Amino acid sequence: MRQRPSFWYAAPAFAFFALFAALPMVLVVLLSFTSWDGLGTPQPNGVDNWARLADDGQAYDAVGRTVILMVVSWLVQTPISLLIGVWAAGRQRSRAVLSSIFFLPLLLSTAAIALLWKAMFDPNFGVTQSFGGPLGDIQFLGDPSIVLYTVAFVITWQYVPFHTLLYQGAARAIPRNLYEAATIDGAGRLRQFVHITLPQLRYTIITSSILMIVGSLTTFDTVLILTDGGGPGTASRIAPLHMYITGFSGFEMGYASTMAVLLVIVGTALSLLVMRVTGYRSMTSQQEGA
Amino acid sequence: MFRRSRTRPLIALVALVAAVAACGTSGPSGGGDGGPFKVWALQDPVLNPIEKTSVEGGGGALETFGNDPYKQKVRVAIGSPNAPDVFFNWGGGNLKEYVDAGKIEDLTPVLDANSALKDAFLPSVLDGAKIDGKYYGLPMRGMQPVVLFYNKDLFTSANVQPPSTWDDLLTLVDTFKGKGIQPIALAGSQAWTELMWIEYLLDRVGGSEVFQNIRDKGPAGWKDPAVLEAATKVKELVDRGGFGTNYASVGYDVGGASTILAQGKAAMHLMGSWEYTNQLGQSPDFVKNDKLGWVTFPSVTGGKGKPDTVVGNASNYYSITSSSKSLEAAKKFVSTALTDDKYVQSLIDAGDVPAVAGVKDKLAKAANSEYTTWIYEQVEKASTFQLSWDQDLPADQATKMLTQLQELFLGKLAPQAFVDSLAQG
Repeated sequence: MRQRPSFWYAAPAFAFFALFAALPMVLVVLLSFTSWDGLGTPQPNGVDNWARLADDGQAYDAVGRTVILMVVSWLVQTPISLLIGVWAAGRQRSRAVLSSIFFLPLLLSTAAIALLWKAMFDPNFGVTQSFGGPLGDIQFLGDPSIVLYTVAFVITWQYVPFHTLLYQGAARAIPRNLYEAATIDGAGRLRQFVHITLPQLRYTIITSSILMIVGSLTTFDTVLILTDGGGPGTASRIAPLHMYITGFSGFEMGYASTMAVLLVIVGTALSLLVMRVTGYRSMTSQQEGA
Repeated sequence: MFRRSRTRPLIALVALVAAVAACGTSGPSGGGDGGPFKVWALQDPVLNPIEKTSVEGGGGALETFGNDPYKQKVRVAIGSPNAPDVFFNWGGGNLKEYVDAGKIEDLTPVLDANSALKDAFLPSVLDGAKIDGKYYGLPMRGMQPVVLFYNKDLFTSANVQPPSTWDDLLTLVDTFKGKGIQPIALAGSQAWTELMWIEYLLDRVGGSEVFQNIRDKGPAGWKDPAVLEAATKVKELVDRGGFGTNYASVGYDVGGASTILAQGKAAMHLMGSWEYTNQLGQSPDFVKNDKLGWVTFPSVTGGKGKPDTVVGNASNYYSITSSSKSLEAAKKFVSTALTDDKYVQSLIDAGDVPAVAGVKDKLAKAANSEYTTWIYEQVEKASTFQLSWDQDLPADQATKMLTQLQELFLGKLAPQAFVDSLAQG
C-alpha cells in the first residue's frame, strides 16, 4: 500500500495560514464592530460602522472608481495581452528578443514604475511637455476627469507582460495539427484565430481575467504614489486607498476595518461570480486540448 | 533634501519597509530601571546624528522612524508596555489626543521649578505644546514658519515690489500673467501645500482666534464668516490664474514647485522655511547669487487679524509618557539637553533655527545668517504661531479637512459648500 504523507507535513503551512491570514481576518471582522482611534482599547459600537458605511457617499464613490478601474483595465489589457501573447508564441528569433523587451516592465518594482510615470507626466518637466503640441496641454495626473484612465494606462503597462506570458504559454500548447488541418481546409489566419486559437485559450482567458479583476480590487501602491494618495482631490481615490486614508491618516481603525471586510466580501463574490458564469469546469485540469 | 515636508507617501513606503526590517534587529532593552530610556524621533538624515549624540549623552537610546510609520507606531505604542519614554511630536492637537487619553507627563512643574529653562525658549514656540494651560513638551528642533518666497529677477525685470497687502498680491498675479509667467508656484498634488494659503488667509481675515475656536470647540467653529471669506479669497486667487493651470499635478517632493520658482517660470512660492535649504540643495546658484527673496505673508485690508502672526510648524517637541519607568531620567534629559550649547550650535550648523533665546548671536556667525536671523525675528515678534491645521486638529477631522480643501482648490467645491461640509463634522 502506498503510504500517504502524514497531516503533519501540512502543519507548517496551516500554522502560517492561521497566524498570518485567518487570525488577522478574524481580528479585522471584530474591529469592524468597534470604534478605535488607535489609542487605548477598541470600544464596541455595534453596527455603527456598517450603518455609517451604508450612508457614506465617499465610500460609494471610491467603490465606483474601483469598478471603473477594474472594467477599463480588463477591457484594455485582455485584447492587448491576448494578441501579443499569441504572436509571441511563434518561434522566430526576433520574437524572442522582442518578447524579452515587452517583458521588461514586469521586472520593475511597482514603486519604481509609479515614480517613473509620475515624472513622465509632470506638467512642467515631463516627457509629455517635450513633445509639445496638444499633448503638453493635457493634465494626465491633474485633471480629475482623466486621472483614473491614466492610472489604468500605467497599470496596463505594468501588467500586460504578465498576462502576455500566460497567453504565450497557452498558445504554445495548442496542438499544431489543428492549424495544419485548418490550413488544408482553406481557413485564413483570421478564421484560424477565431475558431481555433480563441476557443483553445478560453480557460487562460478566464484565469487571466480573474487575476485582473481581483488585482484591480487590491491595486494600491501604484495609485498611492502616482497620484499622491488619490488626487487630484479624490478623483483617483479608489476603495483600498480610501480605506488606508481612513485607517492610517484619520486613525479611524474600526471604520477602516469595516471597509476592509467589505472589500474581502466583494473580492470573494466577484471571483465566485466569474467562476459561476464560466463554469467550475475551468478549475479542473485540462490534460488534452479540448 | 526634502526632510521637513509632511506628506510623503513614497518616503513613507520606503521607511515602512525599513521600519519592518529594523524591528527584527536592534532596539534598546526597553525603559526598565537602570537601562537606557527610550527616545523615539522622526527620521532625518541631517538631524538624527545630532539628536543621537544628545540622547546618548543623557543616558538614553534613540530610535527613529519614517513619517507615516512613525505616526502609526506611536499611536499604537503609547500606553502599551512598549511605549517610548520620550517621544518626538508636533505639539498642538496632535499631542492633545495623547494628553486627553492621560498618557503624557505634565512638564509644568519642571518648568515652574526651573524658570531659567522656561525663559530659554521663545514663548510662542513653547506654547505649541501647551494644552489646557499646561506644558506637555519642550521644543527640540528648529522653527518652521511658512514664508512667501519670490524670484528677485522676475520682480526686478517686471519692475514691481513683493506684495505687502492682498490687493498687491492680486495686482502682481495680473502683472505676471500678462508676461506669460505663472504668478505663484503651488505643489497642489499635495493638500498640505494648499493648506498654507488658507491658514494665513484665515489668520489675516479673522484673527487667530477663529481657528483656535475650531480646534477647541469643534467643527461648528468653521461656520465663522471669516472662514467663508478666506475660502472665497482662495477661490478668487485660483480663478484669477494665480497658480496657473497645472498645479493639481505638481508635487513638492519631486521638486516641481521649487524648480519652477528657481527657473523663473513662477514668481512666488508660499512654503515652509525649509524651502531655503531645499533650494540651496537643488538650485544652489539661485540662492547663492541672491535671486531668492522672502517676505511675510501679505496683510488683508480690513482683516481683523494681526499682520505679524505666523503659521507653520512652530517646532517639534519631546514629550514624556506618563507610564515611563525612567521618569526622572527622562525629565532630567529634556530639561538639560535641549538648551545645551553644543546641541543648539549643532542644530544651527545644520541649518536649523532653534527656538532658544539668545541664539541670535550664534545665528549671525553661522552660514546663511541673513535668512536664519530673519526667520528667528519673524517668530520672535509674532503675536501667535499657528500650528499647521492638519497637525492641530484631531486626525479624523484633519484628514477630512485636507480632502475638502483640495476639492476647493480644484473648483469642485464652492466656498460655501466647503464651509458647510467642514461644519458638519
